Amino acid sequence: MEDKIATHVRDIPRSGIRDFFEIVQSMHDVISLGIGEPDFVTPWHIREAALFSLEKGRTGYTSNLGLPKLREAIADYVARKFHLQYHAPSEVLVSVGVSEAIDLAMRALLNPGEEVLFHEPCYVSYGPSITLAHGKAVSIPVHEKDNFQLRADEMAKRITPKTKALLLNFPTNPTGATMPREALEPIAALCLKHDLIVLSDEIYAELTYDGAAHVSIATLPGMRERTVLLHGLSKGWAMTGFRIGYACAPAPLIEAMMKIHQYAILCAPTMTQYAAVEALENGDAAVAQMRGQYELRRNYIVSAFHEMGIPCPTPRGAFYVFADIRSTGLTSREFSLRLLEDHKVAVVPGTAFGADGEGFVRCSYATSLAQIKIALQRMAIFVAGLPRRAKPGGRRGATPSLSLQVL
Amino acid sequence: METLLRLLQQDANTSREDLARLLHLSVEETNTRIAALEKEGVIRGYQAIVDRERLDKNTVTAFIEVRITPERGGGFDRIAQRIAKFDQVVSCYLISGGYDLLVVVEGGSLREVASFVSEKLSTIESVISTATHFRLKTYKENGALLTSDLPEDRLPVSP
Repeated sequence: MEDKIATHVRDIPRSGIRDFFEIVQSMHDVISLGIGEPDFVTPWHIREAALFSLEKGRTGYTSNLGLPKLREAIADYVARKFHLQYHAPSEVLVSVGVSEAIDLAMRALLNPGEEVLFHEPCYVSYGPSITLAHGKAVSIPVHEKDNFQLRADEMAKRITPKTKALLLNFPTNPTGATMPREALEPIAALCLKHDLIVLSDEIYAELTYDGAAHVSIATLPGMRERTVLLHGLSKGWAMTGFRIGYACAPAPLIEAMMKIHQYAILCAPTMTQYAAVEALENGDAAVAQMRGQYELRRNYIVSAFHEMGIPCPTPRGAFYVFADIRSTGLTSREFSLRLLEDHKVAVVPGTAFGADGEGFVRCSYATSLAQIKIALQRMAIFVAGLPRRAKPGGRRGATPSLSLQVL
Repeated sequence: METLLRLLQQDANTSREDLARLLHLSVEETNTRIAALEKEGVIRGYQAIVDRERLDKNTVTAFIEVRITPERGGGFDRIAQRIAKFDQVVSCYLISGGYDLLVVVEGGSLREVASFVSEKLSTIESVISTATHFRLKTYKENGALLTSDLPEDRLPVSP
């Protein structure tokens, strides 16, 4: 059967995270910092709205583009939070999670062989979603020394006459990086100069810390008309299983994406669309409350890494820290496997998010503080037992025995 | 300060080192802030939250509606403070509506609470009437749900 599989599908490598998942699943009593979804249950008033829609018997299809009421709620929310105006009937599409919206946008935009730029380390689906749409995925490495922000000079080097689009994800999974307006400006200038479309996955927009406000690239001059704003309810509202995402873009592109969506999916599930209306209209307080919890956990995890002498930039978004484990002399995979096997703590090797993730591990703080405390206590024991290589610039904190005492 | 108070309300036992990590402060600064809150009387003390039912199956909690005759000059305060001083009284509130005081009483048995009501509470001169409601089951206590919401069934690793 193998030879019957389409070449461009067969050639997509197996996901590194999938391998790791299977090892973790075969073990008991593992504390996982490897989970990329909120640990909070969806706020009750949102779950209740889904139940209410079922009680009312709202079990049919919705419009292909999504419930008109939900599209209005999305346009209102985006206007309120991002300061961007979209016409709800023609410029908003409701999808099954942001993942589907990315796939739709790629398929709607790309002719075979056209190139899409994306920054790496990144969420695992970006490269494959470009390939599956017959495009060519071109990665731009981002570095710790730049706080994992995308640099315009690195991007410019990779632009060719075939470059069609740029895929952005800030705040970033797995690094937690954010891009303030001044960092986005030169990127926007390049997109204008080279007539590039921007697909901006802003799924973590609500989760920014230290008072850093999220800025959408679509708000920069001349960018709204060339940007697909991709967002959804999964992370900020703890609604991963509801599978509601959306795209806001100029009408011709939404129309093209809708053509694919209507034949492939028809519409997003009806009951969760009703829940999404409730989330967008009345969910601000619950989102703020969860955001506050994440920020405390982030502080804790960063402090604990510094006490272990593991450099770890303080991320200002999402719910991940990308810890620099190069001073241990282990590769990120060796580090993750030994930590898992010897101390039963799961983190994700940075290489699962692209080759440039080597030397780092992703730790999610979308896990209860009690679990995080135990995980970091175990990690401190693990790190203390490793022979260390001095690394210039690496912060050395308290001795591990001291950090254990206070953990 | 609000966050520090919230953390202490959730778990007053959290070590100063952990509080410092959570708030991105030094341990000294954390200690200074807590000392200030204690000095200002914002923090009145630290208690253990005890589930009496686990200790003694016979423990009962009663919510008692009390109607009283207010006094000229003192209103409800003097009599409410008098009731609140009894060790059996866990909480005591002045309430709007059909009665005046809501008194929460804990006791070792139904008989014990009943005798407190009939011998101590009802016999106070200004008390017109009482209505005692016994707790049958607790679903939420001090903001914490005592029935678990959903099982933990997240995937152990996800992108």
